[in-house]
Amino acid sequence: MAGLLKKIFLADLFQGLWVTFRNQDPKLIYTERYPEERPKVAERYRGAPRLNINPDNGETLCIACNLCALACPETLIVVTSERNEETKRKELTTFTYDTSRCMFCGLCEDACPVDALELTQDFEMATYTREGQIWDRQTLEEGPRPTQYKC
Amino acid sequence: MADTTFLDSTELVLNMGPQHPSTHGVLRVILKLDGEKVLGTECIIGYLHRGVEKIAENRTYAQFNPYVDRMDYVAAISNGLGYCLAVEKLLNVEVPARAQAIRVILTELNRIASHLLWLGTHALDIGAITPVFYCLREREEALKIFEKYCGARLTTHAFRIGGLLYETYDGFEQEIIDFCKMFLPHVDEYEELLTNNRIWVGRLKDVGILSGDECKEFGVTGPVLRAAGVKWDLRKAQPYSGYEKYDFEIPTRTNGDTYDRYIVRMEEMRQSVRIMEQAVAAIPEGPIMGKVGKVIKPPVGEAYVSIEAPKGELGYYAVSDGSTQPYRVRVRPPSFVNLQALDRMIRGGLVADVVAVIGTLDIVLGEIDR
Ligand code: SF4
Ligand code: SF4
Repeated sequence: MAGLLKKIFLADLFQGLWVTFRNQDPKLIYTERYPEERPKVAERYRGAPRLNINPDNGETLCIACNLCALACPETLIVVTSERNEETKRKELTTFTYDTSRCMFCGLCEDACPVDALELTQDFEMATYTREGQIWDRQTLEEGPRPTQYKC
Repeated sequence: MADTTFLDSTELVLNMGPQHPSTHGVLRVILKLDGEKVLGTECIIGYLHRGVEKIAENRTYAQFNPYVDRMDYVAAISNGLGYCLAVEKLLNVEVPARAQAIRVILTELNRIASHLLWLGTHALDIGAITPVFYCLREREEALKIFEKYCGARLTTHAFRIGGLLYETYDGFEQEIIDFCKMFLPHVDEYEELLTNNRIWVGRLKDVGILSGDECKEFGVTGPVLRAAGVKWDLRKAQPYSGYEKYDFEIPTRTNGDTYDRYIVRMEEMRQSVRIMEQAVAAIPEGPIMGKVGKVIKPPVGEAYVSIEAPKGELGYYAVSDGSTQPYRVRVRPPSFVNLQALDRMIRGGLVADVVAVIGTLDIVLGEIDR
């Protein structure tokens, strides 16, 4: 009998509607207004790569050991170096990082012995061209240079 | 065909997918129909094939680790756990207790995230639009914990061979406890929306029945098998990563229809919360990385490890020839095996139930095509 009454008065449907109604509270709205309000990504977030420079003398931290290139599963890092005759040490000449093939696994970052290569919290990496995805040493050190449009 | 009219029953062959939104990816099902009735189905897969097993042969053990996340991308952490356990077995290393406990917590959290996505999309297929918003809301909380822990939300690369790379962040334990507390009432909320809803019950009851014996014949595992009344869960049957320490139940049902599979998965989420609560209360101190060298070079041999992924038994079979690269890695994905049962479940049913049955199998095409 109770079951029949429940059926007639659509108790099960109203039970569900009540849940929907409970969640109508404006406090429970989750919209993120993205370009104006930027989400805070986690500290460990693996985003755009950066090649760190020593803040004291402006020289690169990278010792051109090539470990990151060897660690990368996609072999997308190319490091070239030159031997400095005076100090007898290898010096970095070019560093190419193809972000279009990168899967942001973080293995290169882990491999770096001097914390020169780092995946940062920056997540906006879109470009208009495919070539723009290949970052050279300057881009890696200074961050990407997006095209500026006047408006 | 001059004297047949459209009223005569003729067989109609219909392609469903690969772009159909209810096939959960790029599955193509060829349906043979007689009116509304399904006479037979055939699944065409391979649209997402990336040759992951072949890639493994050209990568070192550590380098292949991020690729496994891309198979079942909804449950990337479970995939990572399976692969790491297989290589650890090859290497014969002991994972420290602290790493094991954190692994269990994250894997269970991933099980919840995977089940939530399943519930939302399955309800969406059936026509209940509300649950998906609530499910994604709670899944977001889980993904935030992943992001804080390892820096990525979906393809996490959270575990390393031998243990963990990342120590937990400040407030990790508290966040897990808060999640558990917050999550349980929400499961009741989903149940309130769906369990007694007459449309939901009408669409799911006695649809896509698969008995326990049939499950065993097909090799179907996971919630599909448990809904058919077989009490088989690898976390209990062959405990790995310290699961024997935790107290939890294996939810089972007896009918093996779509409704029972829904009930089983809902109950599994509650059990996952139980495991997480126990694990987080007793995370031991100590190191998080086992004794693994910088270069991973296992001795000649082979190892097979299977774990209970959210979708069923996930197996990794790795063969080593003594070099730094695996000789062969074979994956036994649960979705691939479970999909075989689709024809048996839907034959003789109605065409509208095809999406319900595909949804209830909880397949991920990234894992099927590999
Ligand atoms: S994040 Fe991974 S894929 Fe990208 S460059 Fe580093 S190692 Fe290679
Ligand atoms: S591993 Fe670090 S130091 Fe070595 S080449 Fe790469 S960025 Fe430079």
